Amino acid sequence: MKSFTYERPSSPAEAAAAVSANPNAKFIAGGTNLLDLMKLQIETPTHLVDVNGLGLDRIEATPEGGLRVGALVRNTDLAADARVRKDYAVLSRALLAGASGQLRNKATTAGNLLQRTRCPYFYDTAQACNKRQPGSGCSALDGVSRQLAVIGASEACIATHPGDMAVAMRVLDATVETVDGRGTERKIPISDFHRLPGERPEVDTTLAPGELITAVTLPKPLGGAHIYRKVRDRASYAYALVSVAAVVQPDGSGRAAFGGVAHKPWRVEAAEGEMARGAKAVTAQVFAGAKPTHDNAYKLKLAERTLGAALTEARA
Amino acid sequence: MKFDQPAGQNPIDQMKVVGKATDRIDGKFKTTGTAAYAYERHDVAANQAYGYVLGAGISKGRIRAIDTGAAKRSPGVVAIVTTLDMPKLGLGKMNAANLFGGAEIQHYHQAIAVVVAETFEQARAAAFLIKVDYAREAGQFDLAAVAGAAKPVPGDSGEGSGGGGEDRVGDFEGAFAAASVRFDETYTTPDESHAMMEPHATIAAWKGDKLTLWTSNQMIAWTKGSIAKILDIPAESIRIDSPYIGGGFGGKLFVRSDAVVAALAAKAAGRPVKVALTRPLVANNTTHRPATIQRIRIGATPDGTITAIAHESTSGNLPGGKPETAVDQTKLLYAGANRLTAMKLAHLDLPEGNSMRAPGEGPGLMALEIAMDEMAEKLGMDPVAFRIRNDTQTDPGHPQRPFSHRNLVGCLKLGAEKFGWDKRNARPGQVRDGQWLVGIGMAAGFRNNLLMKSGARVRLGRDGLVTVETDMTDIGTGSYTIIAQTAAEMMGVSLDKVVVRLGDSDFPVSAGSGGQFGANNATAGVYAACVKLREAVAQRLGFNSGDAAFEDGNVRSGNRTETLGKAASDGDLVGEDSIEYGDLAKKQQQSTFAGHFVEVGVDVDTAEVRVRRMLAVCAAGRILNPKSARSQVIGGMTMGVGAALMEELAVDTRRGFFVNHDLAGYEVPVHADIPHQEVIFLDEADPQSSPMKAKGVGELGICGVGAAVANAIYNATGVRVRDYPITLDKLLDRMPDAA
Repeated sequence: MKSFTYERPSSPAEAAAAVSANPNAKFIAGGTNLLDLMKLQIETPTHLVDVNGLGLDRIEATPEGGLRVGALVRNTDLAADARVRKDYAVLSRALLAGASGQLRNKATTAGNLLQRTRCPYFYDTAQACNKRQPGSGCSALDGVSRQLAVIGASEACIATHPGDMAVAMRVLDATVETVDGRGTERKIPISDFHRLPGERPEVDTTLAPGELITAVTLPKPLGGAHIYRKVRDRASYAYALVSVAAVVQPDGSGRAAFGGVAHKPWRVEAAEGEMARGAKAVTAQVFAGAKPTHDNAYKLKLAERTLGAALTEARA
Repeated sequence: MKFDQPAGQNPIDQMKVVGKATDRIDGKFKTTGTAAYAYERHDVAANQAYGYVLGAGISKGRIRAIDTGAAKRSPGVVAIVTTLDMPKLGLGKMNAANLFGGAEIQHYHQAIAVVVAETFEQARAAAFLIKVDYAREAGQFDLAAVAGAAKPVPGDSGEGSGGGGEDRVGDFEGAFAAASVRFDETYTTPDESHAMMEPHATIAAWKGDKLTLWTSNQMIAWTKGSIAKILDIPAESIRIDSPYIGGGFGGKLFVRSDAVVAALAAKAAGRPVKVALTRPLVANNTTHRPATIQRIRIGATPDGTITAIAHESTSGNLPGGKPETAVDQTKLLYAGANRLTAMKLAHLDLPEGNSMRAPGEGPGLMALEIAMDEMAEKLGMDPVAFRIRNDTQTDPGHPQRPFSHRNLVGCLKLGAEKFGWDKRNARPGQVRDGQWLVGIGMAAGFRNNLLMKSGARVRLGRDGLVTVETDMTDIGTGSYTIIAQTAAEMMGVSLDKVVVRLGDSDFPVSAGSGGQFGANNATAGVYAACVKLREAVAQRLGFNSGDAAFEDGNVRSGNRTETLGKAASDGDLVGEDSIEYGDLAKKQQQSTFAGHFVEVGVDVDTAEVRVRRMLAVCAAGRILNPKSARSQVIGGMTMGVGAALMEELAVDTRRGFFVNHDLAGYEVPVHADIPHQEVIFLDEADPQSSPMKAKGVGELGICGVGAAVANAIYNATGVRVRDYPITLDKLLDRMPDAA
């Protein structure tokens, strides 16, 4: 860990201004990912702006009938919120499928969206990784890639977004609210929030430098059955090989987003017209153009069967 | 004490303390955080500085130059020692890779520098500033690719069953060709990491030429000798102290880089230095269980009598490294007149392969016991019945040599009865419980019992306290407690009158902890020392030592009774001795046995495997403490589930290292993976093993579990996977239709 300076601003705009003014500054909230990365010198900020004291920790109803979740609401609190459990159960389930109780107590809503990939080569500073060190190459392409992306990847990077929460946010069409260093606020649809790696895998999201997430809003409830199915190598405390967030209506229509398969939560709305016809019809479209490696080709079949399991569960 | 005749009646047979389920006497220290592990020994030396180990960023080659300029100028830095500062240091006992010194890189994350600073954070930050100029060389990293070039070798794991190379009995090829039912399959097991909770850690301090290492190590005397050799200093100048160890599993049998660089760093810094290996270094800097490729052939008559059995294993290692002795149990487990076992070793430039819990039998049984399941099915026999049919009471290679005590059949029969084996549907893929396909499987467990010289010193104080000192270690196994039980039984006192001090090289040399030999040998050494102390007590009190009875804190002979403490009223009495073994183990084969039974559910859609219940029935001589023995066995069973379902050091075969070098990437079972576990110990005592009549049990718990899980998965799904770990991607394509 490199030495760093630290400040606690008094407002979101002030926090954004502090990070905007210093290219080596980063926000810190729960720190459950950033501190690990700093210890390994994968992240090397020289200045940390602590946003924990900014009061962004409430869950409020919106005039549109949805919920506005403050950026600093802890994963544990969000998962346990009665309104979330009742109307957005897929989100609660996704949160509880992630990490451990201790980590969920610390991890925040915004921080969860910003967690970085778990590609093993990203984590080893002796190895080439375009995400960690732009231009150094991608060791994972011809390396160990069983966990990595099958779709939307590039020649520069086959990392995945490792989270669960964002997959549920994606299926719910959440919106990310931000403020920048000049105090300008904007709303980013979750579908536009995470990027694909392309030529610039070091950039995970469409946030501008210094832009601070203040809240995530959920539109009015969708109804239907909410399923989050996470498939992994052990029963708990592991990243998804594949996960499915699904909301299924009594008539069989619905939506589905996939985790563990791409650089962002993967959802193809056009394929959702096939939901009533079953998993295979949906995943054939969702994963059209997939380019798996030898190690991770199984994820295509697994995604189909996991969606099938989710649909079975929804009908039960 | 020379143990060269089977044990007769002795004070241990009273079983007043020994054999009782007893809480750990060190438990309260562990649960209150007062059992200080190596890195936490803040009080043993003043002014400790922090050392941080830098591992090589390439897998094979040479270092052209190391630039430490920026690191030296970094805040708080006290000293930096690099591998270029000295020639290649010598090898310690059982080490294949050099731990430090010289320009050659033999494997990834080999230690190449240690940075000493006032704080850990400063040392780590400075280490990142070191610039290393490497000359990379091509290496061999893919076992499957180089297996064809592997060479036959005699093998000896060092703490396993020994023996190796090619071993023949009768005419295997002829008998196999003539057999009416033949089976021939190949299995693979992956590299595995010990993944113990406490990483390797050492505090080193010099006083003049005297070096003290407070460290975390299973084998104190080996380590002392190795440090002497590596640092080229007299063994008498070295003290090793390792009273608490947060898990070892074989990863701390031999000295590792933390101890060597801590000593070098403390010398360079002129003050005590503490070093812990970071988690990534545990995977690639230390040792691992080597991957294997195992071919098994079995020939039998239609009634299931094995007439020919062959087990061949190929593993890889660095030059000078040893093979994984995966064929050893196949020499002894089942009958059969014609036999072949053979091992080959390939040159790999991966980190050093070495012992991990039940080396040899661990991965060997993972293959053999699937093969037995497959052969049973081919014969149309029940897998339990097939194993019982081929039980043997003598060493199959030396029929005149019996087992000292063997009740594998008892384990299998009782296990089958308790587990409800008769309810198993032999046709796979038939049992459904909601989303789960349910199956049950079993395997035999087998692990040899090893005899090692072991010493202890027992001191009686006037307060009647009995203090045991031995360099035996407690790696979480319960050594403290069974040693206290032994001394209490022998001296006729309650447990609270016994103090046990372990892990110090100033104490008598013990067997140490490894190869499940610790419990029986270390307690037998304490027994021997207590016999000496009893003689001294009797003499001091004027009793005839032959008929003095030690009980309830008193010594009694005829109608005269004295308190035990009275014997020490003029000063402490000391008994010191070692147990040494004759050739009993040569005349009779000493082994331990188990029946493992497992029920799994396999998700009908995703092929996720979840264990539902497990049972182990163990026949392992006298059980000294059923509570800590049970803990050992369920720990082994848990590790066996890990081996079956998830544990694999993933090899990057181009770059030559284990990529999943942290506990997020190297998955071991979590609580949610481990359901109900039951352990039954058969009531037995083996007078051939030692005066304790006990045998090892700590590794028996893992032996066979992996195959029992694999066989249960097959029973659940009809999908046979022969490549561990059995992750869902290996099942998915062949799963039955979800509908």
